[in-house]
Amino acid sequence: MKILVTIKRVEDYESKIKVKPDNTWIVTDGVNYRANPFDEIAVEEALRLRDANMPSEVIAVSAGPAAAATEIRSALAMGADKGILIKHDGWLDSDAVARLLQTLIEREKPDLVLMGKQAVDVDDNVTGQLLADYLGYGQATFASKKESLESAEEKAKKPGIKLAADKKSAQVAREVDGGLEVLEVQLPAIVTVDLRLNVPRYASLPNIMKAKKKPVEELTPAALGVDVTPKVKVLKVEPPPARAAGIKVPDVATLVNKLHSEAKVI
Amino acid sequence: MATVLVIAEQAKGVLKKASFNALGAGQDLAKRLGGAQVHALVIGQGVGDAAKQLAESANAVHVADGAAFANPLAETHAAAAIAAAKAISATHIVIVASTYGKDMAPRVAARLGAGIASDVLSFTGEGNVHFKRAMWAGNAVATVEVTTAIKVVTIRGTEFPAGAKGLNGSVAALAADGGAPKTKFLEFNEVKSARPELTEARVVVSGGRGTKGDFKPIEQLADVLGAAVGASRAVCDAGWQPNDLQVGQTGKVVAPQLYIAAGSSGAIQHLAGMKGSKTIVAVNKDPEAPIFQVADYGLVDDLFKALPQLSEAAAKLK
Ligand SMILES: Cc1cc2nc3c(=O)[nH]c(=O)nc-3n(C[C@H](O)[C@H](O)[C@H](O)COP(=O)(O)OP(=O)(O)OC[C@H]3O[C@@H](n4cnc5c(N)ncnc54)[C@H](O)[C@@H]3O)c2cc1C
Repeated sequence: MKILVTIKRVEDYESKIKVKPDNTWIVTDGVNYRANPFDEIAVEEALRLRDANMPSEVIAVSAGPAAAATEIRSALAMGADKGILIKHDGWLDSDAVARLLQTLIEREKPDLVLMGKQAVDVDDNVTGQLLADYLGYGQATFASKKESLESAEEKAKKPGIKLAADKKSAQVAREVDGGLEVLEVQLPAIVTVDLRLNVPRYASLPNIMKAKKKPVEELTPAALGVDVTPKVKVLKVEPPPARAAGIKVPDVATLVNKLHSEAKVI
Repeated sequence: MATVLVIAEQAKGVLKKASFNALGAGQDLAKRLGGAQVHALVIGQGVGDAAKQLAESANAVHVADGAAFANPLAETHAAAAIAAAKAISATHIVIVASTYGKDMAPRVAARLGAGIASDVLSFTGEGNVHFKRAMWAGNAVATVEVTTAIKVVTIRGTEFPAGAKGLNGSVAALAADGGAPKTKFLEFNEVKSARPELTEARVVVSGGRGTKGDFKPIEQLADVLGAAVGASRAVCDAGWQPNDLQVGQTGKVVAPQLYIAAGSSGAIQHLAGMKGSKTIVAVNKDPEAPIFQVADYGLVDDLFKALPQLSEAAAKLK
């Protein structure tokens, strides 16, 4: 089986994010970067599926600046077999990323594409779905599983995505409003993953060393023949509206009183 | 001439409340576009009554009703939406950024060559309308421009008022089939609850890791206040409460009149889902917890002590 998994370089969610005074973007100086957490879950799932279905191969793909090689190496250190970096500086909207991936997938012909459901920088949650439609594939977004993250299945590192015996389809449980939906999707397909599909592994030191020797192919949008002119442009970035400072109340009686007579919400 | 198409969401033939907010957003957009027509579309099986209800707030309603649409598959529902958009030459397509809308809207955009602005909070400008949306877990609000002729917009339901009534549009069946989907619906394990739905509730009582999985004090207070129950990611990850209750950047976004957070630290990803609430109450043992920075009323206390007292006192008010 050939599994393609995407990994985006994003601002670390533990870094303090501040808007630039000129309102063009956020301050990036002093901000740490890392792999999008949802993508790490996608990588973990790809590795579990590979290991349960040998011989198989996992390719980690990133579109972004040259520095995104770091995030590809982190996927390789987790266990992915090879990497592809589509180098581009500056703004790439989700649609451009979907079209870059489309071209790459037409070349690589993977059986399954795993992606994070959203990247925690632009919080778009659209790339996988756009890609599925461009390719004419089925999709299963927000992949999760019935078993909890504390379950025996998770401890045994079983894949949450259940491949059919003939590997022509997969069953995917999805986190949707109101509950858990289960779909059967024909392969090749796009699956975007949610938080409770698995707990991603940490890369061990020997695997970090090994990852340095794994192949990473470098491409550009031009080499793929894709025009990355954005359909969505960011015009302005502002800080969110601030909430007026609140107060601490000494006890429950005061709280109830305030909620009743001041805020009038109970 | 601009035409707005609002795609409604329903379950078992009953419209989701946020569909009316989508109509409100559609009307807002239509006004900014110089008085565009607002069409609505409902897709499903047995959705005739839902269509009639939509007609009150739309100039015309299209109905894709049939067995092919019985389950909310992105492929089949997007096929109907694309057919409707083409039939009326829609320039703007609006849908709620629920899991249903997020799943299908990008497919509609892809097929129509449209750009998509997701989880939009508000519109700005007239004529060439731009869209405001949160990024970086709500640490920033961006104004974005969609440069394509057709634009797809998913909206945050809690940020728009329900649409005005009195338009009384005509209702007509849409000629659409679901195509040949590559996905098959197998089952839906619904989380059943007698409490109000999280995104629709007037009051939400939410619990964090501080509950250690014991939600009794949360549920007791929710019952006294007629509230929905919410949770932090820590709670859902541990399997203490259904995933469906997660509030935050990557869960549900709520904006009730009153949000009571007990035993949650107030991580930015949680705040992203509840900062828009009118009044926020935090109960936390740790006076330094970041949740107090957004709380209108903060109580430094053990939730197992404070919540039962709160339930008792609130019950007496009734
Ligand atoms: C990609 C990504 C997406 C995420 N998305 C979300 C999301 O959508 N929603 C979300 O909620 N989180 C999300 N998170 C997780 C988030 O970062 C926090 O880890 C999480 O919100 C913490 O949950 P918590 O506040 O319940 O737990 P903790 O941070 O552990 O806080 C527990 C709090 O309970 C207090 N406490 C303990 N005992 C008591 C007691 N007896 N009485 C009163 N107080 C007590 C403690 O003082 C502490 O402040 C996301 C994280 C990532 C990386």
